[in-house]
Amino acid sequence: MILTRPPLKCRELVEIVTDYLEGDLSRRDRRRFERHIAGCEGCTSYVEQMRLTKRLLGRIPEDSIPAEAREALLDAFRDWRSETG
Amino acid sequence: MLDRLRGGDESAFVELVERYHSPMVRLARTFVPSEAVAEEVTQEAWLGVLNGIGRFEGRSSLKTWIFRILVNRARTRGVRESRTVPFSSLEREGDEGRPSVDPGRFQDEGLWAAPPRAWEDQPEERLLSAETRAVIREAIDALPASQRRVIDLRDVEGLSAEEVVELLDLTQVNQRVLLHRARSKVRQALEDYLGGTS
Repeated sequence: MILTRPPLKCRELVEIVTDYLEGDLSRRDRRRFERHIAGCEGCTSYVEQMRLTKRLLGRIPEDSIPAEAREALLDAFRDWRSETG
Repeated sequence: MLDRLRGGDESAFVELVERYHSPMVRLARTFVPSEAVAEEVTQEAWLGVLNGIGRFEGRSSLKTWIFRILVNRARTRGVRESRTVPFSSLEREGDEGRPSVDPGRFQDEGLWAAPPRAWEDQPEERLLSAETRAVIREAIDALPASQRRVIDLRDVEGLSAEEVVELLDLTQVNQRVLLHRARSKVRQALEDYLGGTS
């Protein structure tokens, strides 16, 4: 006998949201996940927030390299070039 | 890029250094105890890159190859620096099994009591403002080293899950768990900043 699994609870959903976004849920769990968010505004917002968090993380600009380190590396590069050259 | 570098083109090297030095220092910092040592290890890694470039076969991207050299050096140095502290205690996250969201926000049956509010109404300028970015950066810096490493490489640097698994010698499950904990906490920090629950 196959027991159908009970509907997902919000408290459970927030623990598997990354598995969902990473595409790592089984088809069955994915359906269960999507069924839940279809009827739950809070979880819809939560999933959107996680997506946006990921997107904003990708938008943090890098710090530039300190001038001192840059000079030291350029010196090292010139040494390397003259040795291998 | 590879040919230019091998040919001794200085501008190619400058391009690489401008692009990757800072993320490399940040990554190194998750293995070693100070900013100064992280900077030192990164400089060493660049020398390793130059000396190894002739042997680079292009089986991975140049970026992951460079990060690989960095991780190897930083890890070795980290072990050496922490001889008095057991390595495992440095690598412990300290939040295993803790829920991703404050349990007080759910009712007893596990449904939201204080559901999150949509951020769709937030203007794009606010989301991308220097202040928001500072909030994100601060949240990352507060993470345990193992989580910081993964979220930085995956979400900030844009490496794939496979690349990160390979680079950090993690299992797929472990990589995902670390990413999940890290993202959950950054989300929480953003929620605290952008304005809380509905």
